[in-house]
Parts: sequence; structure tokens; C-alpha cells
Amino acid sequence: MADPSANQATIAGTQAWIRRQGRWSPYEIAFWIAVFVPFFFFPTYLTLASQIAIAALFALSVDLILGYAGIITLGHAMFFGLGAYAAGLLTKTGWGEPLTGLLISGAFVALVGFVVSFVIVRVQHLALLMITLGLGLLTLELANAMSWLTGGTDGLQGVSVWPIFGTFDYDLWGYTAYSYTLAVLFVGLLIARRIVHSAFGLSLRGIRENLNRMPAIGAPYQRRLQVIYTISAGMAGVAGALLTQTTSQVALDVLSFQRSADVVVMLILGGTGRLYGGIIGAIIFMVARDQLAGINPQYWYFWIGILLMIVVLVMPKGILGFLAQLWERIRR
Amino acid sequence: MTGNLLIVLFDGLAFGMLLFVLSVGLSVTLGLMNFVNLGHGAFGMLGGYVALVVTREAGLSFFLALPAAFVGAAVVGIACERTLFRRLYRSGELNQVLFTVGLVFVATAIATFLFGTGQQPIQIPDVLRGSVEIGGLRFGIYRIFLIVVALAVTAALIFGLEFTRFGASVRAAVDNQRVAQGLGIDVDTIFAITFALGCGLAGLGGALAIEIVGLDPTFAFHYLIYVLIVVAVGGLGSIGGSFLAAALLGIADVGGKYFVPELGSFLIYLLMVGVLFWRPLGLFGKR
Repeated sequence: MADPSANQATIAGTQAWIRRQGRWSPYEIAFWIAVFVPFFFFPTYLTLASQIAIAALFALSVDLILGYAGIITLGHAMFFGLGAYAAGLLTKTGWGEPLTGLLISGAFVALVGFVVSFVIVRVQHLALLMITLGLGLLTLELANAMSWLTGGTDGLQGVSVWPIFGTFDYDLWGYTAYSYTLAVLFVGLLIARRIVHSAFGLSLRGIRENLNRMPAIGAPYQRRLQVIYTISAGMAGVAGALLTQTTSQVALDVLSFQRSADVVVMLILGGTGRLYGGIIGAIIFMVARDQLAGINPQYWYFWIGILLMIVVLVMPKGILGFLAQLWERIRR
Repeated sequence: MTGNLLIVLFDGLAFGMLLFVLSVGLSVTLGLMNFVNLGHGAFGMLGGYVALVVTREAGLSFFLALPAAFVGAAVVGIACERTLFRRLYRSGELNQVLFTVGLVFVATAIATFLFGTGQQPIQIPDVLRGSVEIGGLRFGIYRIFLIVVALAVTAALIFGLEFTRFGASVRAAVDNQRVAQGLGIDVDTIFAITFALGCGLAGLGGALAIEIVGLDPTFAFHYLIYVLIVVAVGGLGSIGGSFLAAALLGIADVGGKYFVPELGSFLIYLLMVGVLFWRPLGLFGKR
């Protein structure tokens, strides 16, 4: 059989390759410097900037399962909304400390995600689409019916969150909100980076490319998909909890199908299977929506529809994928 | 109580038949090309607005509006298929889903622009109004008409698929596209024709739906969910399965809203998730 030292050399080589993939590129560092620009140049847009950071974290959570593991979802707002309600209800019980609130909400939603993952790994294709869609709608209907707990269509009012670290209170301009959401997004990205640039992350990509071949090379897919689905649900829950904490209220639309669709649209715009795809997509989507907010929302969706069709037909790998291809072509 | 139960069953069946006409086209085209067309509801909406224009603007009879809705949706459907959708047959489900969702966004915006966001009523002929009394229970004539139309559509579809040469080609292509192609069946043309027929049926369903559920620009999305439930639960490419799933869904929906209104649509979603968890290919799906 194979020479054990050669085998070890292969493993060492693979580990070195994975480490090389995980290095910080100059573009990434530039991006994380650029996120501080709103503080100095657009201080009136800090509230929008914090909304973008929340949407980006949500999109990142979807990217983990959709972009890397290939699980298509049309109902991820379920976890976002559950996180939002969990954080809101937690403050109602008298515990308004934000950081532990985030952790508790995230852990609760991850638990729900773990339970749901048993259903998810059983199905593929159309049934998967329908089950994610159905579970999302189911949660929405449930939240609407349990209005004694959730406030129904009126939303959950009177959420009071304590200042962060007991000192930084939420100001009208959103300095605290943006710093807070940005910090959480950064931590989320670090976690996602660590996952993606690991042997586990690599095996997820293998599952995405060929579900049947992975068990054949000794990597059963069910358990791995369940792990990533649970992590993704928890991250989406944290994003929802952030929304509650920075806006001090929960509306029923955190669970809506529209939100599930929007987040997938953001991800597709930016590019799936890239850590920054969801973030770039969220920036473009949210800024465009803010600029067109004066127009009737129905017409706003006209342009999003056109944009979606063009992206799918012309740049199936999203804007980042398109730029990467362009860059390759120029360099040659 | 039994009277109420009968009426609920009857109304549910009528609603289910409506859903069947709306969704059977998607079931066949999905089975044929695996093209996940979330724009199917938009073709239903298109048929509804065509019927509206024919009856209200042109002043023609409702009975003429129904074929007009069928033809209108079929023509737009085949135009979209030839120019846009066929580019996506080989790309993944996600791209198909997103592209057709984009189409629904655009269709919704155009409908809002042309007709406004309000509910649009339609003039139906006097013959179809009112109700008949059988054994002390009143059955709406329009709902009886709906059931008759759906049964006629089912009969025509079953005859067309089981006893004609074209139907045999469609069945062969659904069962195994590559082998069918190898035997000299022109799958591409067959798919275009089937797609047009499916969109036409959706348009007919949209026109029939106005009297029961109304018509506004959210129709495309709202009924898409029902349509998808019928298709997924019934199983791809199975007309009998779609028929049964639609009847079941209609009765569960109407019954649920009548007996436990506080739960809303919760029951049907639960039913769907349960069925798909139990049988991911649908009740009658083969693959």
C-alpha cells in the first residue's frame, strides 16, 4: 500500500494549501478600512449603514449554506425573525444587556436550526425549496396567530435595551448602532472565514459540487450539512437580534417571505460562494433601495426584477464573480 | 352541522379545482424540463387581466374572455420560453428560481402601473350567478361551473396525454428525455408546445379565479405558493396527482379557514411540510 511518509507529506501539503487560502488579501484589509468612511463622511447615513451591516450579516449566514454547501433556501427569514423576536422577548423579561442578549438569541435560533436541519438534509431540489418556503411561511403564520406573545401585526413594542458595556447608549445619529453592528459583522465574518478556510469548509464545497460522490470518498454529507445549517441559523438569528436591539421594536415582517427573497437577491447580486458576495450585495441593494425610497415600492421591485434577470443571464457568478473574471482577462 | 360540512366540502372542492387549473401546467412542464418556473403565477395573473380587459374594455361576454385569457397567456408564455427561459435549462435550480422571481417582480410592477393596486371585480353572465338549492343546501352556480370546467380540462388532458401521438411523445420525454431524443422525438418543440399549453391553462385559471378570490397585483406571488404546493405534493408530471393534491389543498384551506380561522393558512403549510418530509417526491412522484 501507500508509503506512510508520502501520505503525511500529502496531508502537510494540503494543510499548507488551506492555510495559504486563508491569508488576508490586501483587498480585504482595504475593505475593512473603508467601512469606517461613513463615520467621517456620511454621518447622516449611519442608521442606514447599520441596517446594511445587519443585512450583510444575514446574507453571510445564507452564503454559508447556499454558496458553500449548496442548500437552496427560500425561508431563511424564519431564523432572522426568530432571533429578532427572541431578543425582543428577552428584554421584556427584564434582561436588557445587549451582548448576552445576542448570544442567548443566537443560541436559541441555532437550536431551532439544528432541529430543522434533520428535515433539510433529507430532501433536495424542488422539495427542498418547498420545505424551506413552507417552514418560513409556517413560522410567519404562527407568529401572527400567537399575538399574545408577539403582538401580531402591531409588532412587539416597548423593547428596551441597556447601553453596550453599560456605557454606550444608542444615540439618535446611530454612532453606537453602527459601531455595534459593524463589530458583530466583523466577528461573524471571522467565524465564516475560519469555517470556509478549513478542511470542513472544503468538504462542504465538495458536497455542493457532488452530493453522491462525497460519501464515496469517505465523507458522509448529512452530519456536515447539519453542522453548517445550525451555524447559519444561529448567525441569521444574531442578525435578527441586532435589528431588534438597534431599532427597539420587532415588526411581523421580520419573518416575511419578502425578507427571505431579498436576502437571496442580495447574495446573488454580490456573488455566491464568496465571503464578501453577500456584503457587497447588501450594500448595493440597501443603498439602491434607500435612494429609490421616494418611489412607489412596487416600481422599486420592477428595477430589482430587471437587475435580477440581467445578473442571472449575464453574470451568473454575481458582481464579484464578474469582476474577478474581468480581472483575469485583463491580466492575461 | 352536516349541512355546513357539506357546503365546506363543496366550496373547498371548487377552490381546489381552481387551483388544479392554475397549476397543472407547471406540473407537466416541471416534469418535462425540470425548469423551476416560479413565474407560473404571473401567467395566471396575466390571464386574469386579459379577461378583465376583454369583458370591461371591449364589452364582450365572459364566455369569450375565458378563451382569450387562455390564448393571451399561452402566447406570452411561448414568447418568454423561446427568448428567455430556454437559456436557463442547463443552469442550476437557483438561477431558474431567481430569474423567474425577477420576472414576477416585473410582472407585479407592470400590473400595478396599468391597473393600480386595488381589487378588480369582473362582470359574470347572469346564468352563472346565484345558487341552486338541493336538499335544503344552497350551492353556488359559479362554483358548479368551476368544477365542470376543471373536470372538462382534466378529461381533455388525460385524453390528450394518453390517447394521442403527441401525448405519447410528451410522456416519453417526461420519463426519459435522452432516450426520447434518441428515438427521434423532437423534445425541444414538444416542450415549447407544452409550455404554451401550461401557461394558457394558468391564464384560464386566473380568469376563472377573479370571481372567487379577486384579482390584484399580488396575485402572482400569493397563488404561486398554492400552485407550488399542488405541484410538489402531487408529484411532478402527474396529472392525477395534481388533481388529488389540488382537491385536498382546496378542501383543507377552506375547511381550515372555516373551522379554525385563528390559525389562518398555518394548517396547509403544515400539511405540505409534513407530506414532503414523508414523501419528498410528492404523493405520486416517480422520480
